[in-house]
Amino acid sequence: MTREKTRRLLPTGLRLAPSQVWGNIRLVPVLRDEVRGDLRFARRTYDDALAVVSLKGGLMEPGLKYVSYVPHGLVMSWDNKQAEVVAGTRLQKPDGKVLKAGPFTVRVMHRMARREDKNRLRLLPLHLAMEGFLAMHFGGPEVAWTEYSQEALSHGLDPRSEWSVPGWASAAFDEALRVFEIHEQQVGVLIFKADMLLSACIVSHPEDYRALHRALLEDFYGELLLQYGFLANAADLWLSIDDQRVASMADLRDAVGRMRRDWADFQGFMAGGLFGAEVTTSTVYEAGPFHLERFVTSLVPSEENHIGEVIVRADGTLEYLKTYRLSAAQTRRAYLLKQLAGAGWNLERAAAGLKTTREDLVVRLHNAGFGYLLKESVLREALRHA
Amino acid sequence: MGSKEFAVKDPALARAEQVAREDLVMFVNACFSCTGQREFYNDARGQSVAIDFLHEYILGNYRRLYARTLAAGINHFNQAQILLNLLATGKQTPPEDRREEGALIASALRALPPQRAFRVLELLRERRINNRRARAIAREYLEGRPDLSFDAVKYRAKLRATVAHGHMKLPGELNPFLFHGWRKRVYTTPLLEKFRQAHYDQGALFELPFTIAEGLAMKHGIPRGVFLERIEPRLTMAERLRLQGAAAREDGAIAIDLGRAPLTKLALYVLSLKPETRRERRAELHAALEQSAARTLRRAPVPLGRVAAVLDNSYSASGSTEKRRRPLGVALAAHYLLSASAREYRAFWTNPLEDPLLLEARGQTDLATPLLDALDWRPDQVVVVSDGYDNDPPNAVAEVTRVFRTRLDPSRRTSIVHANPVFASELYAPRGIGALVPTVGVRDAEDLPTVLGFARFAEGAAPLSELEDYLAARVRRLLERGQRGQEPVESQMTAGEPLPAEEEA
Repeated sequence: MTREKTRRLLPTGLRLAPSQVWGNIRLVPVLRDEVRGDLRFARRTYDDALAVVSLKGGLMEPGLKYVSYVPHGLVMSWDNKQAEVVAGTRLQKPDGKVLKAGPFTVRVMHRMARREDKNRLRLLPLHLAMEGFLAMHFGGPEVAWTEYSQEALSHGLDPRSEWSVPGWASAAFDEALRVFEIHEQQVGVLIFKADMLLSACIVSHPEDYRALHRALLEDFYGELLLQYGFLANAADLWLSIDDQRVASMADLRDAVGRMRRDWADFQGFMAGGLFGAEVTTSTVYEAGPFHLERFVTSLVPSEENHIGEVIVRADGTLEYLKTYRLSAAQTRRAYLLKQLAGAGWNLERAAAGLKTTREDLVVRLHNAGFGYLLKESVLREALRHA
Repeated sequence: MGSKEFAVKDPALARAEQVAREDLVMFVNACFSCTGQREFYNDARGQSVAIDFLHEYILGNYRRLYARTLAAGINHFNQAQILLNLLATGKQTPPEDRREEGALIASALRALPPQRAFRVLELLRERRINNRRARAIAREYLEGRPDLSFDAVKYRAKLRATVAHGHMKLPGELNPFLFHGWRKRVYTTPLLEKFRQAHYDQGALFELPFTIAEGLAMKHGIPRGVFLERIEPRLTMAERLRLQGAAAREDGAIAIDLGRAPLTKLALYVLSLKPETRRERRAELHAALEQSAARTLRRAPVPLGRVAAVLDNSYSASGSTEKRRRPLGVALAAHYLLSASAREYRAFWTNPLEDPLLLEARGQTDLATPLLDALDWRPDQVVVVSDGYDNDPPNAVAEVTRVFRTRLDPSRRTSIVHANPVFASELYAPRGIGALVPTVGVRDAEDLPTVLGFARFAEGAAPLSELEDYLAARVRRLLERGQRGQEPVESQMTAGEPLPAEEEA
C-alpha cells in the first residue's frame, strides 16, 4: 500500500438535477456541463461463476488472492487520441485465465487494476475499494501480545470476508433503473434507498454513463439495499411556488429556476455524508494526469460510512467516483480494527481508548466476528464475566 | 366546485350529483386511454384490475349512463367490455331503458371493427352468457354482415363459436363449412370452395384474405417474398402498413398510399423507421402525415385559433413492449393534426428538436420550460400531450399551471387542456398536470376533437345535467347513424378488392 493522505471529496465540476423516485429508491442525476472527453470508460463483461484476483505474485503462483463474483470490469482509457478511438469499440480481449470447474468457470486475473496498453487500464470497480477495505490492518498484531491466538500472530486476519448485495437482488432497484430518464449531460447517479445514500457512481463522459446505466444492476451494494425493504415509499418532495411573488411570466420563469436550484442544494445536503466529508485516500495507480485513489471515510460508527474509488483531475474536477456504503456491522468491525491497530494491538490500551474495560472489548471483538484472533481461554473468561 | 344551480338544491343531493359527475368523468376518461395493456410505468395486471373495477363500479351504480358511454367516442377495447358487461346483466335493466340499451348495443357492435365484434361474440361463449337478448343481438349482427361467407373464412373460429353457442342455422353452405371445413367434398360458394382448394393447391390461396392465406402458405412452404408479392392485391390498408418492414426485408415492395392511412398508425409507422430512413424519405413521410391529418379533419373539423402544443418526447414516451412508442406516436400525430386545424400553430417539445420527423423518446421530462415558452407566445389554446409525469423538477408543471391560472390569467384568456395517452392504474385515471387543468385520456390523436369537447367536464365546471345531455346527444347521433345505413365501416379502408379491414390491432 502506498502512503495515505486525507482529502475532502468535493463534487467539483458537477451539478445535481432533481431526483426521480420509484418506490423507496430515489435516483439523483449528476450532470457535467463541461465534458473534455480525454478519459473514457467501457465495460468488459465476464461470464464466470467466480473470479480470483492475485494481488501479489504471479497469476498461478501462491500468494495473496481476492476471491469474489465479478460480473464485469471497467476499461479506462485516457489521453485524447487514444480515448476517442477506444470509446465505442469492444474491448473483449483475453483477460487473465479461465479455468473449468465442473459446470462453472473460474477466472484468474492479475491485480485489481492492470495496465493493458500504454494508455489503458483495466480495473475492477468497487472490488478495488472492497479489497482495500478488507486489507486494512490485515497483517494482524505486530507485537506478540499473549492474548492473541497462534493463528492471528502468524497469519493475521487471513482469511477475511465481507458480504454485499448485488443490485438485482432488489426488484424495486431494477424497476427504478428501467423507468429512469437519463439526462443529456448526465454522467452519474446518486442512489438513495429510503432516503439514505447507498452509492454514487460517476464517470467522465455522458455516453459512457448511458452505456453503464443498466449495468448498475450488476454492481454490489451495502446491505441497506435489502434493509428497509418494507418501508413505505420515499417521500414525494414537492416544492411549491409562492404565488404572491409572481406578477409576470418572467417572475414565473424565475420561480421555476429557483425551484431547480433548491432541488440541487437540498440533494447536495442529503448526500452530505459523502460530498464534503473528510476521507482517507491512498493512490492505487497513476495514469498520466489521472490518479486513481481508493478511499475510506472516518469509520466513526455513529456516522454513515462509505468506501470507494475516485479520480480527481489536477484542477480538482471529479472525474470518476464509485462508492459502497458500509453497513453498521461492517463499520463496527473496521472501527474496532482501527482502534486496536492505533493502540499497537494492546487490548488494555485499546479498551481505555474506547472508554471501556478489557473484558468488554474482548466480547465486542467476539461479537464482531473477530473471536478467532484471540486465545480460547481469554475469550471464555471474558464471556463469563460479561 | 358547487355551481349556482347546486346552491338552491338540497346540499346532500348536490353532493350526490357531484359524486356522480366525478365518477362518470373518471370512467369516460379511463375508457378513452386504457386498453388493459402494459404501460411504461404500470404493468398489464394493474391496468386490467383497475379498468375492470371501474367498469363494475359504474355498471352497478349508473347503468343508464354506463350504456350511454358507448356513444362517447371511447376506444374499442372499452366498448367491447361494456357490451359484454351489459349483455351479461340484462336482467337488471329497468324496463324503461330496455329499448335504448338494446339499440345502443346493436349499433355499437355493428360499428366495431369486425375482428373486435366477433371477439365480443366469442367471449359471450367463454363467459357463458346466453340469454335471449344476447342471442338476438348475435343473430342480428350476423344478419347485418354484408358478406357472411367472407367472415366464415376470415373469422372461422369466432363465427363457429357464435353459431354453436346460439344454436343458429346460417343460410347456404355456411353451417357445413364452419363445422366440417375443407374436409367436405365440394362447395358451390366460390370463396368457400377456394378455401377448400387452398389446402391442396397453392394457386388457390392467393384469392383468400391475407391472414388466412398466410398460414396456408406456410403449410405449402411458399417463400415469404413470393407470397407477399402475390398476395399484395388482397391486402387491407392496415395490413399494407404493417407489412412494409417485412416486404423491405424480402427486397420486395408493397404499394401503399401512406396519406390514406389513419393518422396515429401512420405516425407510429414513421417512428418505427430508422432515423436515416426517415431522413431519406423525409418529404414523402411529411406529405403523407399532412395528408392524413387533413383527411381526419375533413371527417371531424375542429376550427382552432392560435394554438400552442406542448409535446412530451421524454424517455417515458417510448411506451412499453405492448404499446411501443404509442405516447410518442400520439404526440407526433397531434402535432400534425393541430398544425392542420389551427390558424396559427407552434409546437414546444420537452427536449427541443429541429425536425419532428426525426423524433425519438429520450431524456428527462421537463414540462415546465416548454409550457412557459408556450404561454409566453400568448396563444388562445394550449394543448399538452404528455403522460403527466414530470421530473425536472418534479411537480413544477402543476405549480406553473396553478400560479398561471390564479395570478396571471384568472379570466381564462388562454385555455389549457391536457391530453394524456397513458392510463395510470394507481389513480384510476390518466395522471394530471395540476388541479386547474382538465386532463382527458386519449388513445389516438384522431380522437382529439372528441376529447377536447369532453374536456370541459373533466375540468369540473359543468354540472351533471350537462354531461347527461352531452351523452344523450351523442347517443341520438349514434343511433341515427346506425339506422340510416348499415354500410360497413371497413369498405373505405381497402386499397384493392373491397375486403374488410382490421382497424385496430
